[in-house]
Amino acid sequence: MKVELAANMGVAPMAQVLAQSPLAVRGMTVSYGQKPVVFSVDMTVAEGAMTAIIGPNGAGKSTLLKAALGIVQPLAGQATVFGQPLEAARHRIAYVPQRASVDWDFPTRVIDVVLMGLYRELGLLRRIRGKHLDKARACLERVGMTDFADRQIGQLSGGQQQRVFLARALAQEADLYLLDEPFAGVDAATEKAIIDVLKSLRSEGKTVVAVHHDLTTVRSYFDRVFLINTRKIAEGSVSEAFTPENLNKTYGGRLATGQIDQLELAAS
Amino acid sequence: MFWDALTLQLGYNASLVTVGATLLGISAGVTGTFLYLRKRALVSDAISHATLPGVGIAFIVMVALGGDGRALPGLLLGAAVSSWIGLLCVSWLTRLTRLSEDAAIGAVLSVFFGFGIVLLTIIQTMGAGRAAGLESFLLGATAGMLFNDALVIAAGGTLTLLAVLILRRPMTLLAFDPEYAATRGINVARMDLAIMALAMAVTVIGLKIVGLILIVAMLIIPPVTARFWTDRTDQMALISGLCGGLAAWIGASMSAVAPAMPTGPIIVLVSFALFALSLMLAPNRGVLAAYLRHRRFQRRVHMRQGLLALAQSQPIYEAYTMRLLKQAKLALPDGVPTDAGRARAAKALRDEKRWELVRADQAFESAAALYDGLRDIETVLTADQINEIDQRIGGPKEVTP
Repeated sequence: MKVELAANMGVAPMAQVLAQSPLAVRGMTVSYGQKPVVFSVDMTVAEGAMTAIIGPNGAGKSTLLKAALGIVQPLAGQATVFGQPLEAARHRIAYVPQRASVDWDFPTRVIDVVLMGLYRELGLLRRIRGKHLDKARACLERVGMTDFADRQIGQLSGGQQQRVFLARALAQEADLYLLDEPFAGVDAATEKAIIDVLKSLRSEGKTVVAVHHDLTTVRSYFDRVFLINTRKIAEGSVSEAFTPENLNKTYGGRLATGQIDQLELAAS
Repeated sequence: MFWDALTLQLGYNASLVTVGATLLGISAGVTGTFLYLRKRALVSDAISHATLPGVGIAFIVMVALGGDGRALPGLLLGAAVSSWIGLLCVSWLTRLTRLSEDAAIGAVLSVFFGFGIVLLTIIQTMGAGRAAGLESFLLGATAGMLFNDALVIAAGGTLTLLAVLILRRPMTLLAFDPEYAATRGINVARMDLAIMALAMAVTVIGLKIVGLILIVAMLIIPPVTARFWTDRTDQMALISGLCGGLAAWIGASMSAVAPAMPTGPIIVLVSFALFALSLMLAPNRGVLAAYLRHRRFQRRVHMRQGLLALAQSQPIYEAYTMRLLKQAKLALPDGVPTDAGRARAAKALRDEKRWELVRADQAFESAAALYDGLRDIETVLTADQINEIDQRIGGPKEVTP
C-alpha cells in the first residue's frame, strides 16, 4: 500500500530550491521543549506575490517566520533568501513583528521608530540628517500617520501602532516583507490602509508574506496561501490550495462546515 | 564652605574626589539608561556583588608576587574578572536551567558576596601585605584617594561613555524590539553582553568611590529620574548622565565639607532627592501633574453631568456639581439655571443627542471611537457632518454655547 502525506516532508537538498525564490525554507523543525511546533516544513515563496500563512492558533505560523528569519533557533532546517544564505541577504528583508511584542511605554516617538528602519543606512555613528527625516516622513505618509510623527508611541491606538511598524519596514526599502498578523486587533481604517500599502508593494514587484487569521478576507487580499498545522498542509495559489479539503485538514474539525461553505460563496 | 567644595577650592584631595565622582556619575547615568531600558537593572546588582572575590584574590596574588597588594589597577582587574564570571553565571543559569532571571541573580549575588567576605577574613588573618582598608570596597572610601586612582576612574569613565556613544543605536533597537533587532543582523546575545560589560566597567571603576553595595543606585536612579522628564531615548540618556553627574558632584562636595561623612551613601541620597523631586514635579509623568489632570477631568465630568441635569430639569444631588455650576454662574444657589446656564445646558443636551446618533451610525465608526461623553463634537466631526446629524434631530439649527 502506498502511503501519501498531505505535503512532501523530509529533508530535501537545498540545491533543488528554485534559486531565485525570495524565501525558501527546507526541512524546518522548531520545538519549544520536546514538542515540535513546526515539523519538517518546506516553503517556497513566490516572487512578486502576496502569500498568506494560514493555520489555527498554535499551529506554528509565527514560529515558522521567526525560524526563517533566525529570530528563533531551529532544531533542523535552513532558509535561503533570494538564493543566498540568510546572513548575506538580510538587508533585503523587512520584518513587521506582532504589535504586542514590544513595550509601548518605551521612551521613543513615532518618527524615531520609523528611523530605526534606516539603521543600516545610518550605521553606528552617522548623524540623522534632513534626507533621513524626509524618508521617514514619506514612509509615515504612506501609512497615513504623518500627523503623529512627534507623538510618544504609547499614545497611539492599536491600529496606529501597527501602521507605525509597517512604516518602519517600508523605510528599509526591502524586497521581501514578512508580517506577523498585521491585521490582528486593528480598526477597519487601519486594515484598509495596511492592505493598500501591501498591494502597492506588490505592484512595485515586491514580495509580501503575512501570517493571517481572517479566512474571509484571504481571497480578496492574497494571491497565494500556505496552510500549516505544525506540518505543512498545502501551498499554492488561492484557487488551487485554499480549498475546503485543505482547510479541513488544517483546522481538523474546528471549522464548522457552514463556515467553509461561506468561504466558498465568497469565492464565487 | 560648601560653595568652596562645589567650586573645587577645598584642597587637592577633595577636588580629586569631586571630579572623579562626577565623571563616574555621568558615565553611570548614561550607561544605566540602556540597562534600565533593557529591563536588566537588577543584573547590575549581581555584577557588583560578584566583584568582591576578585578583589580578594587579586590582593592575595599581588602579595604573593611581592607587592603590598594595594595597587588599584590590579584590584580593579581582579574585580572585573570575577564580576564577569558572575555575569556569565547569571546568563548560563537562565539559559540552561528553568531558573528565572531574578532567582539566578539572587543566587549569584549572595554566593559571590559570601565567598568574597570569606576571602577578606582570610586576608585579615594572613597578616601579609597592607590589608587594612580592603573592606572599604564595600561602601567606598575616598579619604586616601590618589591622583593615579582618579586617573583610572577618569579614563575608565571616558572609555565607557565612548562605547555607549558607538553602541547607542543597536542598544536602543535591542531594548525596544529584540526580535526586530535580530532581523537587522544584531547579535542579541552578544549585544546584551555588551550592555552588561559596560555596566560592569562602571561598577569596577566606581568601587573606590561608592563601593560595590551602592553602585547599583548610581546605575538605576538617574535613568528612572530622567524617564520622568522625556519621551525620547537620546534625551533620556543625556538627562540621566546629567542627573548622575550632578548628584555625584553635590554629594561629593557635601561629604568633603562635613568630616566623616561617607561619600558614596551621600551621593546616593542626593540622587534620590533628584528622583523624588522629579517624581513629584515632572510635567507629564509626575505625581502632581497626574493628580491635577485627574482633578481637571473630574471637574469636566461633573460640569457636563450638571448641565445635562439642568437641561432635563432634573435635580442635582452632588454638592460638588452644584458648587461648580454656581461658580461658573450657570445656576443660582436654589438650582435654577441662569440664562447662560440654560444656553450651555441646551448645547450639552444637543451634543449628547448628536453623539447618540454618531454612535449608532456605522458611517461614523472612527469618530464614535473617540466618544468619551465630554469632548466637544466640533473637534471630531466637520461642520457638514454635524449639519447632517442635526437634520436628523430636527429642531433649532443654531445654538450658541
